[in-house]
Amino acid sequence: MGEEVQKIADGLHAQLATKSKIFSAASTAYGAAPNTQACAIDLGMPGVLPVLNEKAVEMAARFGLAIEAPVAKRSVFARKNYFYPDLPKGYQISQFELPVVGVGHLDITLEDGSIKRVGVTRAHLEEDAGKSLHEDFDGMSGIDLNRAGTPLLEIVSEPDMRSAAEAVAYMKKIHALVRYLEICDGNMQEGSFRCDANVSVRPKGQDEFGTRAEIKNLNSFRFVEKAINFEVERQIDLLESGGKVVQETRLYDPDKGETRPMRSKEEANDYRYFPDPDLLPLEITEAFLKKVKAGLPELPDEKKQRFMDDYALNDYDAAVLTASRDLADYYEDVVKNIADDPKLAANWVMGELSAALNKENLDISESPVKADALGGLLSRIKDDTISGKIAKEVFEAMWQGEGDADAIIEKKGLKQITDTGAIEKIIDEIIEKNPQQLEQYRSGKDKLLGFFVGQVMKATQGKANPGQVNQLLKTKLK
Amino acid sequence: MSLTDEEVNKIANLARLKINPEQVPEYASNLSSILDLVEQMNAVDTTGIEPMAHPQDVAQRLRADVATEPDQRELFQAIAPATEAGLYLVPKVIE
Repeated sequence: MGEEVQKIADGLHAQLATKSKIFSAASTAYGAAPNTQACAIDLGMPGVLPVLNEKAVEMAARFGLAIEAPVAKRSVFARKNYFYPDLPKGYQISQFELPVVGVGHLDITLEDGSIKRVGVTRAHLEEDAGKSLHEDFDGMSGIDLNRAGTPLLEIVSEPDMRSAAEAVAYMKKIHALVRYLEICDGNMQEGSFRCDANVSVRPKGQDEFGTRAEIKNLNSFRFVEKAINFEVERQIDLLESGGKVVQETRLYDPDKGETRPMRSKEEANDYRYFPDPDLLPLEITEAFLKKVKAGLPELPDEKKQRFMDDYALNDYDAAVLTASRDLADYYEDVVKNIADDPKLAANWVMGELSAALNKENLDISESPVKADALGGLLSRIKDDTISGKIAKEVFEAMWQGEGDADAIIEKKGLKQITDTGAIEKIIDEIIEKNPQQLEQYRSGKDKLLGFFVGQVMKATQGKANPGQVNQLLKTKLK
Repeated sequence: MSLTDEEVNKIANLARLKINPEQVPEYASNLSSILDLVEQMNAVDTTGIEPMAHPQDVAQRLRADVATEPDQRELFQAIAPATEAGLYLVPKVIE
């Protein structure tokens, strides 16, 4: 009895970034003409034999090691039987009782900053299905089997999440992790990373959780959150009005913002798993695992801690900058140029640069301003060639491809004026032009200092060193 | 162990096999005797024996991750009942 509780488990499918399929030597490259990358094995032609891709096994092992889960010395492939036109064999080769990765865990950061440990039940290798295209081909559906046989790692969590936000935090964490590990490109639009959510609720004043429903078709984190919140409401309303939640698969409709049942028939899936006689048990040796372990990159949590230690960044900045490996690498390349000021680099990468990237919807890897170029710009702030304000102008020009920082500063004449004599001359002119303000300032209106600073900066097109201007003005206005 | 007509029909449906009502008793009897055989095997004490996933006691060989398959779409599609724009056409399936 007590407050209303929701329980969410996430199911994720990560397409492994191999060159060839999990059981055949057909290419996995995205975007090829339909069925040009579907070979006899992918099509399930009679007499073919699947042979397991070593790289897919290695990637699964990488994931297992990263979540501190046991990588099975022996795992078994099983047939999951169901009929659908994009599954030519009538079964999907998957793993059932003995998956390649066992129980692991992952820490997520909640909105209040606290850390929550989420259990990962298992991860197993399986093959992807093809794609059905429902555009009208004279009342027929078109089938493209290029995707059939692409390796997938299905990652199943424990029902540890208690809100849509937690479910999303977990998914984002796995999403970052698989990209760090370079086992999945994480592209949700292209379907390389797919999310399902299992939702059940225990309404206020009831003892038991209701039946869970599975939501599919969540191809963005925003949709995940919306779909779960909708589903929780739906189930609570249903249970409170005396109804029952049925175990079913529901699709999220982003246009209507609702979930609806996927299969009209009430028939529970009966996959009749059994060991695939075409495949022998997969054995992973200690030597193989040792090699995989040696090749593991620095993981997100380790990197974040190192950023806090080495660069004296706070928790938030370190988390943002290590959200993706590309961003972290970029940041570190910027820091190389201005080693004594990692905070300035952090401010620029998270501020100016991120804003510009977001505006044009670019990924860090597509940034027109490369890390060493940004580093070059920031070192001009550090050596007082330009002020931070002018640097923004230079950055804008660099973004537009007008050259590197030094060239732009030179071409536009943006070099900071640090010559005391020159600044004093300008200050004298301004004081002379504004006798009224001078009088007011001298009679105690301290705020007018800002007015004078503004006038000097305006007269120098922002090029005067602000610190110097302040100091000189204070003396002169006395 | 004797399967009911309903169970036989369910099995047929899962396998997408169309069977006539008059065939059901025969299937029920044949499938039941298979299950009887399994039950006999179930009676054997296998305590402490690790189940095998394959009759051969060897491990899966792995293949290097290299894409070597050429495009043979035309060859494969020559035996398909219907194709269009490189796609295999099937009766409309939409959820």
